Amino acid sequence: MKQRISLAGGLLSLLMAGVATADELNLRPGVTDISQQVYDLHMIILVICVFIGIAVFGVMFWSVIHHRRSAGYEAAKFHESTKLELAWTIVPTLILIGMAIPATQVLVAMYDTGGEDMTVEVRGYQWKWQYKYLDDDYNNTFSFFSNMATTQDEIQNRSAKGENYLLEVDNPLRIPSNRKVRFLVTSEDVIHAWWVPDFGIKRDAVPGMLNELWTVVEEPGIYRGQCTELCGKDHGFMPVVVEVMEEADFDAWYAEEVANESVRQEALSKTFTHEELMEQGEEVYGTFCASCHQPNGQGLPPVFPSLVGSPYIVGPRDDHIKMVIEGVPGTAMQAFGRQLDAAQLAAVVHYERHSWGNDSDDITQPRDVIELSGE
Amino acid sequence: MSEVIHAGQQDDHHDDHHDHGPDKGLARWLFTTNHKDIGTLYLWFSFAMFLVGGVMALVIRTELFQPGLQFVNPEFFNQMTTNHGLIMVFGAIMPAFVGLANWLVPMQVGAPDMALPRMNNLSFWILPFAFGIMISTLFMEGGGPNFGWTFYAPLSTTYAPDSVTFFIFAVHLMGASSIMGSINIIATILNMRAPGMTLMKMPLFIWTWLITAYLLIAVMPVLAGAVTMMLFDIHFGTSFFNAAGGGDPVMFQHIFWFFGHPEVYIMILPAFGVISHIIPAFARKTLFGYDSMVYAVASIAFLSFIVWAHHMFTVGMPLAGQLFFMYTTMLIAIPTGVKVFNWTATMWRGSMTFETPMLFAIAFVVLFTIGGFSGLMLAITPVDYQYHDTYFVVAHFHYVLVPGALFSIIAAVYFWFPKWTGKMYNETLGKLHFWLSFIGVNITFFPQHFSGLAGMPRRIPDYPLQFADFNMVSSVGAFIFGFSQLFFLYVIIHGIRSGTPAKARAWEGAKGLEWTLPSPAPYHSFTHPPKVTDEEVHA
Ligand code: HEC
Ligand SMILES: [Cu+2]
Ligand SMILES: [Cu+2]
Repeated sequence: MKQRISLAGGLLSLLMAGVATADELNLRPGVTDISQQVYDLHMIILVICVFIGIAVFGVMFWSVIHHRRSAGYEAAKFHESTKLELAWTIVPTLILIGMAIPATQVLVAMYDTGGEDMTVEVRGYQWKWQYKYLDDDYNNTFSFFSNMATTQDEIQNRSAKGENYLLEVDNPLRIPSNRKVRFLVTSEDVIHAWWVPDFGIKRDAVPGMLNELWTVVEEPGIYRGQCTELCGKDHGFMPVVVEVMEEADFDAWYAEEVANESVRQEALSKTFTHEELMEQGEEVYGTFCASCHQPNGQGLPPVFPSLVGSPYIVGPRDDHIKMVIEGVPGTAMQAFGRQLDAAQLAAVVHYERHSWGNDSDDITQPRDVIELSGE
Repeated sequence: MSEVIHAGQQDDHHDDHHDHGPDKGLARWLFTTNHKDIGTLYLWFSFAMFLVGGVMALVIRTELFQPGLQFVNPEFFNQMTTNHGLIMVFGAIMPAFVGLANWLVPMQVGAPDMALPRMNNLSFWILPFAFGIMISTLFMEGGGPNFGWTFYAPLSTTYAPDSVTFFIFAVHLMGASSIMGSINIIATILNMRAPGMTLMKMPLFIWTWLITAYLLIAVMPVLAGAVTMMLFDIHFGTSFFNAAGGGDPVMFQHIFWFFGHPEVYIMILPAFGVISHIIPAFARKTLFGYDSMVYAVASIAFLSFIVWAHHMFTVGMPLAGQLFFMYTTMLIAIPTGVKVFNWTATMWRGSMTFETPMLFAIAFVVLFTIGGFSGLMLAITPVDYQYHDTYFVVAHFHYVLVPGALFSIIAAVYFWFPKWTGKMYNETLGKLHFWLSFIGVNITFFPQHFSGLAGMPRRIPDYPLQFADFNMVSSVGAFIFGFSQLFFLYVIIHGIRSGTPAKARAWEGAKGLEWTLPSPAPYHSFTHPPKVTDEEVHA
């Protein structure tokens, strides 16, 4: 018996050691009214479970200690008791009803959609998020992609890991504080899940479906989460970052983005130099293509082909453009025509045709892409 | 029986006498129709798969020991999580329970063998091929299944590696094997009980397996349907799960979990049976509340068909649907509680000793109950949004499957080992194995509750820095647990080779027809129907 206790003690202290060094042990209360309600519900149920556990295990261990043959205890003969059995059916039922009532209330509160001040479409891609700001008629005003910003050097342990390792993105979703924001969550390819723990909201992003979520955040700040539905190779590397801004700041930023959008529209009709295309192309390639085709263009054959000397790059340019616009259905090569605008597409195609020893003599302009995409 | 089968056959090595024994060499195992041989095959096969799945778990835990990618790339990591899950569920836990059923059902109901011995042989020998195919996919171009053991479409269809077709074929084979095994168990239990053993006198292991077998027959075809639809989507241009073609990826999840939730109980109901034998034996006291145990198992089985969407709370369902599945899931706590209370009441005022099977059984009750509590928490839809697909879920189902299902299997092996081999294992070694496993399992999985609550998603090869401490502890525990199962192998082999001879009733408190047979049990269990006395079975 002593031995048993000391072993159990050892185990407990080991666990405690793990516990003591960690920042967080419990669900976070979060920053919204809903997340706070969820946290309270979690605590109620946890505490009930702990109490029932202590009671049941207490009885059991009392019995283990006292009702043992080595202590000379003779076995009793009873093997049923209708009263007891009724009691331990009815009492748990009552406890469960006690849990179900607040649970139902919180769930109903979460389903209180409508009356929103603005709507953002959240679209999952392998392996990034796209945020589209919709106007009152659900037209896209502007949109952008949000890619993980943690570098391969950090992941591969070649440089020190930053504080927000795997939880940082190039462009966070920005929303205003104190306004009811509605999210329409969907996906372009496989199922992802969009989760902001501090808001107490999580929803699957399912292709072909629009799932509705909403939140009101009072406290400006940066809130971080991750994709929680297995979505392929880089599932662990598609963080969700939301920046909640003061209302005035948000409005200023929003107006600026709307203005930028018209500049982007203009770029579509411009003619760029080789250098401009290479510079933009490298940037686009780094964010959208390098994860599969690798920064050096060598890919990871046989799954992700090398682009060096690829038939598409050696062959006619228009086939190359078309393949990037349309992708290859049924493979990881997506239809980038839906994610990138013509200027970005032109730049990345031009960049691929003039990098890593690829040496074409053509130049690719946005208008070439627009012609081929037939829009 | 055997006279009938062999009459008129020129079967010279398989003699005509009543007390004939097994063939010699490999033929014995390839062509055997004997329930004990087949049970043994199942058990060794499942142990082998357990080691394979265990190595995969250790690959996962090694990669997760520290943040950053150190040993494997994300693509291979996904193949490991997927195959670890599939192999442990379909290759380790399920076949182990079928192995136990093979050994125990005829002995416990007083029959000579299983009702359908040739099908029994087939249902086992399908398995090595099924798992051979599945494991071989890891070496194929493009890699093996990497979409999680739940293989959600379209990740498992449009976006899957080519090897998915082999995976589908392997799943079909496993399903066929399970269905045949279940038919056999049902036929044996319903037709071959000794005179006097009415349904409400059946041992609980028999009851739980009877119900489990019905669950299997009900849901394995559903799984087969799901993978067949996948096959059609992949190769024949249908769009069951392809949104672009008018299909619905969420429908896949409904179908999968309509199979998947009963599947969870398929892995735990026989465990309930095992524990209901072991606790009374070492408490030297009759099982408390036999009738309510039977009703509880039956109601759990019934409920298992109407709770499936609790795995899909975040998928986007109407409020009414969410509420329905939340309430039904909470209801499961009631019959499960009844079982735990009954076991506790059985121990209460018993005269307990704590041999290895009893230690594993008590650990089962405690740790399974912890898994039950986290299950109840997960049933509460609004909080499930926070827990869903985090390590909290991983902790939850490992608590019910490892110190739950697996501990019950280990307990059963120790408990019936003397009956199977005629030898006693070494008690000191057995206890050492218990303590190593008990400590290992808790160090591995308890911290995962914390990392889950703190927000760590499951199935990720790398994680943010705040989860580092828990992951390190968890990895250390996994290695302790893993190696203590190699020690289990040693204890078993040591017992088979140099154990002391066992008595017919190896445990003085053990009740049941199997203990009236000599140890080791004769090759054909009961050639004449035994007398069913109130002393041996539930009165
Ligand atoms: C998610 C992984 C992934 C990403 C990201 C990706 N590709 Fe691909 N790419 C592939 C795969 C897989 C193929 C091979 C398709 C096939 O089977 O034909 C491919 C093929 C290609 C090819 C044809 C190469 C050949 O020889 O067949 C080109 C050109 C190409 N991609 C360009 C791009 C560009 C430009 C980007 C970025 C805008 C990009 N890819 C991003 C996976 C990816
Ligand atoms: Cu993901
Ligand atoms: Cu379930």
